[in-house]
Amino acid sequence: MYGRGLRALSFATVVTLCVTLALIFFYAPIEADQGFLQKIFYVHVPMAIVALGGFILGGLFAIQHLRTRDSRWDMRSYVAIHMSLIFGVAVLITGSIWAKASWGHWWVWDEPTLVSFLIIFLLYAIYQPLRFSIEDPERQARYASVFAITAGVFVPLNFIAVRLSTGYVHPRVLGDTSSLPPKMALTFLLALLAIALLFATLCKYEITAKHTRAQLSTLRRRLAGEHSSVYASRGRSAAPRIQPSPVLGRTKV
Amino acid sequence: MPALPLHEAGKYVAAAYVVVFTLVLVYVAIMAARLSRVERELGELLSLTEQPSDPGDAQPGRQSQQTPDELDVGRPESSPV
Repeated sequence: MYGRGLRALSFATVVTLCVTLALIFFYAPIEADQGFLQKIFYVHVPMAIVALGGFILGGLFAIQHLRTRDSRWDMRSYVAIHMSLIFGVAVLITGSIWAKASWGHWWVWDEPTLVSFLIIFLLYAIYQPLRFSIEDPERQARYASVFAITAGVFVPLNFIAVRLSTGYVHPRVLGDTSSLPPKMALTFLLALLAIALLFATLCKYEITAKHTRAQLSTLRRRLAGEHSSVYASRGRSAAPRIQPSPVLGRTKV
Repeated sequence: MPALPLHEAGKYVAAAYVVVFTLVLVYVAIMAARLSRVERELGELLSLTEQPSDPGDAQPGRQSQQTPDELDVGRPESSPV
């Protein structure tokens, strides 16, 4: 079942988040240059890394979907991208708040890191409308997988291109935690783990909820009949379609 | 740019953390709404299984043609949580 381990994962996430928050505000030292404002770093950067990782993960799941034609991989790809978009919103808002406090502007258009993240976010923002525009579930899943793979390849390429650019004011963190003092580095790594756990937990919640609804839908169809007007289909959806299996409880998601 | 004083930076830091907390809270609230809908639909289906589908079949000890057990609804899912 999809819900197996959800309780333990949720518990681990809550504990890690609480410990991380305690470390951020009571253990990590105040940075000399930015002062207390640097505390935003511990939530903004891990969320950005996890969001970008989620987009790549969505692409990897999409490859598996195209290889196996198993709709469960399509569901995982959809949920990973969906969750990364939510995290992306948080990254953009927290980044803007930090930019306003640090640079005096909500947004800096000549900063490659900011603009490249916005481009990736907007690219993935069309993923759900793309799914919604295709009615046939098979084609919807196939086209969405192709999109997820293509966009997933774009993410690391974009990252490398930004790294190679010279004129930037945005600080570099990924792959350079050695420049952080040990207390800051430990707090950052724990924050990264906490955000990754939050991402995994929310993805698992989403998949479990969709699986439960699919089971319920199968049960409803069996009880009321496929052509009952009371339990008519709910119309088009951007979420991956469920393939009902003969045995309830083994519905393919 | 010199570091902002604590009372000034504190507002921005609080805003950033509140944004993240609010986003997670909204997501959990949406999930809770969906869960209550699933619960309601499950209640409807449960009442459907309690009605005899055909009056002729309504014999003592057999309320419906299809019982939850026949539909492979496992005990862990069908039991109240």
